[in-house]
Amino acid sequence: MSRPIKVSRPTNVVVAGLGGQGVLKASDILAEVAFAAGVDVKKSELHGMSQRGGSVSSDVRFGERVFSPMVPEGEADFLVVLSPDQVPVNAAALREGGVLIEPSLIDEAKLPNKKSINVALLGVLSRHVQFSEEAWIAALKQNLAEKLHQANLTAFYLGRKA
Amino acid sequence: MDSQAQPNALALLSGDEAVALAALDAGVTLGTGYPGTPSTEILETFEKLGGRAQWSPNEKVAMEVAIGVAFSGARALVTMKHVGLNVAADPLFTVALTRLDGALIVVSADDPGMASSQNEQDNRRYALAAGVPMLEPSDSQEAYEFTLRAIELSERWQCPVLLRMTTRVCHSKTVVRRGSVRIAPPGAPHFEHDFPSRVMIPAYAKPAHRRLRKRLAEIAAWNDAEGLNQLIPGSTSVGIITSGVAFQYVREAAPEASVLKLGVTYPLPIERMRSFAESVDLCYVIEEGDPYLVEAARTAGISVEGKPEAYRFGELTTARVRRILEEDDTPEPKPVPGKPPALCPGCPHRSAYGALKNLNCLVPGDIGCYSLGVLPPYEMMDTLVCMGAGIGVGLGMRHSLPPDEARRVVSVIGDSTFVHSGITGLVEMVYNPPETGHVVLILDNGTTAMTGMQEHPGTGRTLAHSSTGKVNFEALVRSLGIQNVFVIDPVKDAAEFEKLVKDCLEKPELSVVIARRNCLLAAGAIRALELSEQARCGDEQTN
Repeated sequence: MSRPIKVSRPTNVVVAGLGGQGVLKASDILAEVAFAAGVDVKKSELHGMSQRGGSVSSDVRFGERVFSPMVPEGEADFLVVLSPDQVPVNAAALREGGVLIEPSLIDEAKLPNKKSINVALLGVLSRHVQFSEEAWIAALKQNLAEKLHQANLTAFYLGRKA
Repeated sequence: MDSQAQPNALALLSGDEAVALAALDAGVTLGTGYPGTPSTEILETFEKLGGRAQWSPNEKVAMEVAIGVAFSGARALVTMKHVGLNVAADPLFTVALTRLDGALIVVSADDPGMASSQNEQDNRRYALAAGVPMLEPSDSQEAYEFTLRAIELSERWQCPVLLRMTTRVCHSKTVVRRGSVRIAPPGAPHFEHDFPSRVMIPAYAKPAHRRLRKRLAEIAAWNDAEGLNQLIPGSTSVGIITSGVAFQYVREAAPEASVLKLGVTYPLPIERMRSFAESVDLCYVIEEGDPYLVEAARTAGISVEGKPEAYRFGELTTARVRRILEEDDTPEPKPVPGKPPALCPGCPHRSAYGALKNLNCLVPGDIGCYSLGVLPPYEMMDTLVCMGAGIGVGLGMRHSLPPDEARRVVSVIGDSTFVHSGITGLVEMVYNPPETGHVVLILDNGTTAMTGMQEHPGTGRTLAHSSTGKVNFEALVRSLGIQNVFVIDPVKDAAEFEKLVKDCLEKPELSVVIARRNCLLAAGAIRALELSEQARCGDEQTN
């Protein structure tokens, strides 16, 4: 009998916040960065009812081989929360020893545009995962309108250096 | 996504986008459908990639147009959410008896767990009931490949094929290799008379039904011998039969188990399932939703373990599959409730519901953003059943309640929903008017808002936002012989709006009030489209 090859566990990221905050944009950017790095990647999200100002979350998983597109509860390595009131709602996603990335890590006064908090928190995340700075910048530019590039690059570096 | 991408190029796509890319690569002549989460992005993407895609007023019409395409030797794709297939079920059941000359792919996007739906019906039952072959992709790569395979099967057996997807397959992005499957190019469109195969009068439908059963037996034999099944060897003690996205959870929860993953789940490869089950000590069936596979296996005398009834509700997940396999019957952890969705600040529906609340109305309602009127602070929707039901339900309430109560009833329906299924309700109202009269409130916000701002026949713009024929609601309603028809802005003229509804409620007559104000989120885009259309018309006049 052939034994299945042991594959290493993927890296699990949950991005959460409220409808309109850019949760899905942030998870799209992260998924693109992982995809560009040539690893297997899956991203999950829900559309429709969940977008009307209510709680929104999106999962991104990447690694050698990813099966479920959703991060199993309690297995997130990183929980990126865009709205402080959504931390308790999503806390169960995080594994023991997992990293919580929340707005209090950012000096919001230095954000050129408060809407860029999603990208600023990606900047924080970027220090924890093994993707090149160039890949992040390319994905940011690819996923955002040109007029938003400067503000979001500033936000990204604010988070990356925080 | 780039439509010019090289064959074999990799892309990170949602399942919906992957279906659209496959439709493009297959030379699908026309994609039709009605917007519905989680199916909407298929046609939107197909159009963006350069395909021809259209929104129809509802799923039944979309299905009929697609049938016409497939009768004409071309390839058709029709997309809808699971409940949309209820609307399109009438043509589906009978087109299954006919002989196609092209391909007809019916996408049913199911919503187990009801992320954005009024029920969690399992449309695999439709394949069985209608006798339509069904494929179930488990990720975006398979969404791409199975769309192409479905076209091949449809043309080989000259029958419609159901591509059954679920929310997590539709909306998850996974890596897709384009060109991993290639099929023959489409033939040239043509039409030939073939009365016994296309005209389903009883004399022709009786032999057609026998042909259908024979065809399904052939496809079952093919599915056993060849099919699109995947066998993953592993432990001989535990085996798992699965399909669709549940396959992903199974692989993660039980990496050591042997797995038989089914691609074509109707008609089933029963003998493969039997020999697989016999090859392991204990064989589970892991499926989301109804016990469809497990019942079929047991009916065929295959010994399998299903899931406890608790897992019939909601989606499966890796954790839930682990619980099933470990026979863990401790209570499942309850998710912390998040912030519920709400009508946007400044939404014109808020103003309308404020008035209905002041007037103490009973509100048989309908499906769209305005369904959120049931939640605080308004709590002003009393019923929601299906698209268009608000009008018929309102009439039934008017017919049965005492007059003082009946006079409080206002049916509320959105613009896209009105076109979808509200018009026949108005015909009923004219034909069988309640003694107290009735009031229908059309909340016309100029877009199909809930599903993401799609056009519809009342906007006068196509799926691709270009100008086309426009259904004029007020002219349509007047043409039915309804006495009182009003158009009013419920935000700008809020006080007048409330008075108007009050006056209508007091009259034993039929009234339709069209509360017209664009969706706050769509207003800017609608204005830009209107201005560019005006500029275009101006250019034409000066030329």
